[in-house]
Amino acid sequence: MWKARIEIMLKKSVLDPQGQAVEGALHSLGYDNVRSVRVGKYLEVDIDGGDKEAAGAQVREMCERLLANTVIEDYTFTVTEVQR
Amino acid sequence: MKPEVWRGMGLKDEEYNMIVAILGRDPNYVELGMYSVMWSEHCSYKNSKEVLRLFPTKGENVLQGPGENAGIVDIGDGLAVCFKIESHNHPSAIEPYQGAATGVGGIIRDIFTMGARPVALLNSLRFGTLNERKVRYLFGGVVAGIAGYGNCIGIPTVAGEVYFDPCYQGNPLVNAMCVGIIEADKIRRGRATGVGNPVILAGARTGRDGMHGVTFASEELSDASEEKRPAVQVGDPFMEKLLMEACLELIENGDIVGIQDLGGAGLTCATSEMASRGGTGLEIELDRVPCREEGMTAYEIMISESQERMLMVVTPDKEEKVHAVFRRWGVPSTTIGKVTGDGMLRVRKAGEVAAEVPARSLAEDAPVYCPAFKEPEYIKQTSELDLSRLPDVTDAAGALLALLGSPNIASKEWVYHQYDHMVRTCTVVLPGSDAAVIRIRGTAKGLAMTTDCNARYTYLDPYIGGMIAVAEAARNITCSGAEPLAVTDNLNFGNPEKPEIFWQFRRAVEGMSEACRYFGTPVIGGNVSFYNETNGEAIFPTPTVGMVGLLSDVTRHCTQDFRQEGDRIILLGDTFDELGGSEYLYVLYGETRGKPPALDLAREKALQQAVLAAIREGLAVSAHDLSEGGLAVALSECCIGQEVGASVNLSTGGLRTDSLLFGESQGRVIISTRPENTEKLLALAGEYGVPSRAIGTTGGTELIISVDGNEKVRLPVPELAKKWRGAIPCLMA
Amino acid sequence: MKFGVVVFPGSNCDLDAYHAIRDVLRHPVEYIWHQEESVAGFDCIVLPGGFSYGDYLRSGAIARFSPVMKSVVEFAASGGLVFGICNGFQVLVEVGLLPGALYRNTGLQFRCQFTNLVVENRNTPFTIAVEPGRVLKIPIAHGEGNYYADAQTLRAMEQNGQIVFRYATAGGEVTKDANPNGSLYNIAGVCNENKNVLGMMPHPERSVERILGSQDGLVIFESLVRYREGLR
Repeated sequence: MWKARIEIMLKKSVLDPQGQAVEGALHSLGYDNVRSVRVGKYLEVDIDGGDKEAAGAQVREMCERLLANTVIEDYTFTVTEVQR
Repeated sequence: MKPEVWRGMGLKDEEYNMIVAILGRDPNYVELGMYSVMWSEHCSYKNSKEVLRLFPTKGENVLQGPGENAGIVDIGDGLAVCFKIESHNHPSAIEPYQGAATGVGGIIRDIFTMGARPVALLNSLRFGTLNERKVRYLFGGVVAGIAGYGNCIGIPTVAGEVYFDPCYQGNPLVNAMCVGIIEADKIRRGRATGVGNPVILAGARTGRDGMHGVTFASEELSDASEEKRPAVQVGDPFMEKLLMEACLELIENGDIVGIQDLGGAGLTCATSEMASRGGTGLEIELDRVPCREEGMTAYEIMISESQERMLMVVTPDKEEKVHAVFRRWGVPSTTIGKVTGDGMLRVRKAGEVAAEVPARSLAEDAPVYCPAFKEPEYIKQTSELDLSRLPDVTDAAGALLALLGSPNIASKEWVYHQYDHMVRTCTVVLPGSDAAVIRIRGTAKGLAMTTDCNARYTYLDPYIGGMIAVAEAARNITCSGAEPLAVTDNLNFGNPEKPEIFWQFRRAVEGMSEACRYFGTPVIGGNVSFYNETNGEAIFPTPTVGMVGLLSDVTRHCTQDFRQEGDRIILLGDTFDELGGSEYLYVLYGETRGKPPALDLAREKALQQAVLAAIREGLAVSAHDLSEGGLAVALSECCIGQEVGASVNLSTGGLRTDSLLFGESQGRVIISTRPENTEKLLALAGEYGVPSRAIGTTGGTELIISVDGNEKVRLPVPELAKKWRGAIPCLMA
Repeated sequence: MKFGVVVFPGSNCDLDAYHAIRDVLRHPVEYIWHQEESVAGFDCIVLPGGFSYGDYLRSGAIARFSPVMKSVVEFAASGGLVFGICNGFQVLVEVGLLPGALYRNTGLQFRCQFTNLVVENRNTPFTIAVEPGRVLKIPIAHGEGNYYADAQTLRAMEQNGQIVFRYATAGGEVTKDANPNGSLYNIAGVCNENKNVLGMMPHPERSVERILGSQDGLVIFESLVRYREGLR
């Protein structure tokens, strides 16, 4: 079985209000050296069968079609083999 | 079985012995768990039952009183209103977002379980003071949780209240109320009848969340409670929306015999209560219960408090149809058992009987306690308030601004702008006035609703405080143009095993009962929340009153806002030197002391009848009740809404200026009226024996208040508004 | 003129749109279940507000794959009128019928309040009945109404008159303070190049009766009727 770990982040050009809020909160807790924070999504998708490449191609398609909105979001992912 | 086992589940030794006597044998672990949750205070009301009998619960319009999932009152035209309030205090203290969200989810299920379409939500909240970071976190999380759930499911959150006091620092109160509308002949009840009828479980899968939530709610909080986080459930409002639509469709079509939601004590509570009410037994097969995790034990499945689940009994011929409706809505449903005639709740797992106990013994046979009670020492100290040692106010304008900026009085827009209060397009009076008003589609009618409790008064005198909570709710309902119908109450107190706490509880219920009887507003349901203490310190006794009223013509509603220039301002009711328990005393002197204002039920009722008559006869342009902050604050609120100023002349008549401006004497309302109606309004008040006087005129851009000819306040309305609107956003920024 | 209101799992303003059209506008209207595969016979499809599929993943991201959406896309391509309100707007950008994206309000909070809208293009089927200079008082209720499109897209939209509504003051001034959610250039509603598909975050169906505090939303529904009658 393959496990895809997918990270979805707002594009750099898009304002990230959540990230800004978290950044402000960290500063107020005294973490003055925090330069910037961005908040994204993390997904795990378990996929049966096929080889690693096929699984990767499928995950890319899933991201393009549903998981990410590429107007405002970028995505990256890794695929690793895991035991059922 | 070792005593540590039942004690660890919150059962007393004598309670364990009762269980052995009922079963004629030692219970197994699953059975013990079932008794421990069902015999907790949360489910059995074992400490409060006797006192709750004081409430008047009957009335000619009451179709369903306490004892079911929610109460129901007839409103004519074949329709009825169904409502209830419930607390989710402890879960919210641990995880504010999910705690509050699942509180909302639970109360919505209580309403649609009865067959009613939920049409409005309200909530009554209490927190510590906002200068504490932890309190801001709790407040922000609770509001976001209520918004997250209510907005998603599409039921408007139309009214409520929020108060802040250090006594709630570690133990916030989150009381959620839901109002539904039902055709009077479509009421469904949580009864399992018809031996052989299948039992269906629908909704979310069962997981390990919320294990022992009810015993958790029946313990005091301590710093160690933070480690109990897994006991908090996670809500899925999307699932609940689908579940609600499917259940309402089934009930509408008459496809269900009995139905009950799974809340506190989960499957144990739903199965035993349905069987007990129906005078039957139930046999269920746990292997058929869809679980979220593998390897869940019978014990875990029986007491899980996973949200968004419903249990129902149907006739065999409808079984397939019911599953088909759930399928169409995308809601999982499974037949998990059947109704039996032997009165036993029999639970099977993996071919074995995992538990077998009389259903009725779980639901009805919990011990009833009559805890000892004793007047607390603090009452003698706090009741002393020597006004002669308190200098009268010199800077009235400054005091007014300070009060408007107090979070207890300040605008709650920061809160209700996060709630969708307009969805369903029936909200006629939006949040922010005395009571919200919604119209009832397809009729000329409307419903007014409010929650009220001044816990400071209840702390200083639980009896008077309890009466005032009811009176103020009725006054708010009346000011919106509605006739009070009935009450649901949420009694939030400390540990009832302490005699002082139980005294507060008894006295508050006595006061509420007397007022409910006087106003003809029976208590049709409610909730008791004890053990609201942190490290031994109890909250102020907080018996929240949720009240619903009826407008026969919804277009004849009224709000608090001054509408136009040149209207006369009439003050109805008498003012006394009453500063005890006032917001003024708290804000300016940091004191919670004195006796709360007196309440004369006869005068209060006359006042409310006069206000209602004035609104119905079209004499009132606006009506606003006087509460925290007294006359000056009420006038400010009337001015702010539509930015209409006012000029007011008062005479002390021997009163202190601060009592006159900021005292909280009960039974008072400000009405604005067209000048040509002034005499009629004063005459009408006279007919009801209500003291009234014209105190000023609306208009201009300032609020000007003169006392005995001396100008005490002259403030631009935008400045009042800025202070009042800005206070909470500023603290939360 | 016959309207269809699509019901997705989790739609909750379907009732409000239905009521506004049937009882106030007084035109025929029917619900369309999300699993329907055809929208034949309707003159205008309304995608209502709510939380389709719980707004899980992203608002509108899952609803766009409902069977009914395929026919809605075809309907739009053939010139049919498609009107997305709030969550419906989010579905329309997700399915690609409208440019841009909608994401979290900059204040991070859900906002429910009245807003004032200026009408930037009165020459669309959705706005032809709006009097010049009229500011519309219509409420919003959303947590993810922050409109974004890249600079190039926005320029093209400006040129094509696709930016239809902007948040403004009661006097009609487009100011930062009047922007409730951080939308680029105060954008509250946009249409496609052909002007037959419009999405807006504010809820016109909530402001069609005096008793609800405003009737300004009605003019949008009236525009649709007038446009349709003009075609006949």
